[in-house]
Amino acid sequence: MALTTADVARLAELARIALTPEELERLAPQLDVILDAVASVSEVATADTEPMSHALPLTNVFRDDVVTPSLPAAAVLAGAPSVEDGRFRVPRILGEGA
Amino acid sequence: MDDLLTYDAVLARFDPVLGLEVHVELNTASKMFCGCDNTPGGEPNTTTCPVCLGLPGSLPVVNAHAVESAIRIGLALNCQVAPWCRFARKNYFYPDMTKDFQTSQYDEPICFDGWVDVEVEGETFRIEIERVHMEEDAGKLSHVGGGTGRIVGAEYSLVDYNRAGTPLMEIVTRPVRGLGAKAPAVGRAYMAMLRDLMRALGVSDARMEAGNMRCDANVSLMPTGTAELGTRTETKNVNSLRSVEAALTYEMRRQGAILAEGGRVVQETRHWHEDGEYTSPGRNKEQAEDYRYFPEPDLVPIAPDPAWVEELRASLPELPARRRARLQEAWGFSDLEMRDVLGNEGSLDLIEATVAAGAPPAAARKWWLGELARRANEAGVELGAVGVTPEQVAQVQGLVDAGTVNDKLARSVFDGVLAGEGSPEEVVASRGLAVVSDDGALGEAVDAAIAANPDVADKIRAGKVQAAGALIGAVMKQMKGKADAARVRELLLERLS
Ligand SMILES: [Zn+2]
Repeated sequence: MALTTADVARLAELARIALTPEELERLAPQLDVILDAVASVSEVATADTEPMSHALPLTNVFRDDVVTPSLPAAAVLAGAPSVEDGRFRVPRILGEGA
Repeated sequence: MDDLLTYDAVLARFDPVLGLEVHVELNTASKMFCGCDNTPGGEPNTTTCPVCLGLPGSLPVVNAHAVESAIRIGLALNCQVAPWCRFARKNYFYPDMTKDFQTSQYDEPICFDGWVDVEVEGETFRIEIERVHMEEDAGKLSHVGGGTGRIVGAEYSLVDYNRAGTPLMEIVTRPVRGLGAKAPAVGRAYMAMLRDLMRALGVSDARMEAGNMRCDANVSLMPTGTAELGTRTETKNVNSLRSVEAALTYEMRRQGAILAEGGRVVQETRHWHEDGEYTSPGRNKEQAEDYRYFPEPDLVPIAPDPAWVEELRASLPELPARRRARLQEAWGFSDLEMRDVLGNEGSLDLIEATVAAGAPPAAARKWWLGELARRANEAGVELGAVGVTPEQVAQVQGLVDAGTVNDKLARSVFDGVLAGEGSPEEVVASRGLAVVSDDGALGEAVDAAIAANPDVADKIRAGKVQAAGALIGAVMKQMKGKADAARVRELLLERLS
């Protein structure tokens, strides 16, 4: 299957990665090669192979509903680029046009 | 402002179709996938850890209690329980989630295909439940600048992740048709039923005003006599039972006006404005949602043991519909009386508690639906927040039954209790509200009334006993309402016979 630059542009938009037209042209064929390589797995999988989402045949891994200590707020906020009033400060969410 | 068709005109041409998506916050001790405290309202960012902050290398583990609650909710809603299901990642970029995805369930909900009946004005409507699934809540944003606290015009936003990763259930109905004029009332009744159900199960505080239960209300209009579904809108921010009804009514009228003009309803998310009672378009761009769901690799599948499910089914508490039927029978209320009770938010619990505190059911109903409902209405608060407890109501009724006060004086007792003057007995004592049944004091007042109204007295002497009312009234007036009316009548007739 051929990945188009339009497909890559859409993926880039969803992933919030800004790409120039030149980058799209260059990346589309590269990603296509990777997808082809991964797709070869489907040639190995036969009809009687169940699709799987997990590597281990486990179910029902639960924990008891018990409160354990959280991180101190100071430690949580230490890595934030900007903090105000004990909260993470984030840039304007909606652009001017919103 | 939007053009609105009158409600009657909407119904003359269209059939509404409802769909309700309800989010319920579970009251587990810890969060959905980590041990952080799930108690709401702490200092910002004090109940977070590497898991709920989505830090690299952290590993979520499912809270068993949350799974149990989800299954119990599903069972109470007559759902099937999935023999096997998984969590999924719902990818999106928004600062309320550090992970850039919400752990949710996609095409494998834990419970599905259920139903529940709700009653509106004596008519029963069946609501089919499509699914009940588990997910986590997101953090809380506050928007700064722009003056209104809203996202539009804000200069920046502040994020508190205490709520991130807390357990959330989503309950989704199938489209509900055939409701006609009652559609908004059915939406409201459904929410009230879910709230009562969550409380009966003990899985959530289910307070809409606190955001424990949130409703996304979908509605579309179908031209009467056709089977073609109209374009629906989804209204968010509907935070009270009353708003559910009002928002659905508004959207029906708004869509009706568009369709009547030959226009097209835009499929969109709309926002309910509690203050102005209208909806406005959400600011989501019309770009189709693309959450790129995929199975959550960090959480293994859930396969509820059928024996466990049956155990949970067998241990379900008495559910609201059954409880209502039981109480109606125990209290001897007529269908009409029971409908009044159910139509008055919170009164069922209050009456039950008042009866438990010793009052006769009819008296409990009378006070809560009469005097106290009126006061709650005047104060603009819910009945339960009127400021009088069921125990106090039972005490007031006890004073009435003992003949210490009459119904009229009882109202003054409530005044005193509401003013913080203490228990009903203390109010009676401090305000001097006790009925006078002492013959000495009453006799004096009766003699005075006879002397002041010789004509009336003569009539009674001549056998016109019904004229006694005027003299009893005169005595009551003189005694400032604090006379035992039955005794006054006896004393009058003794003197005039
Ligand atoms: Zn945590």
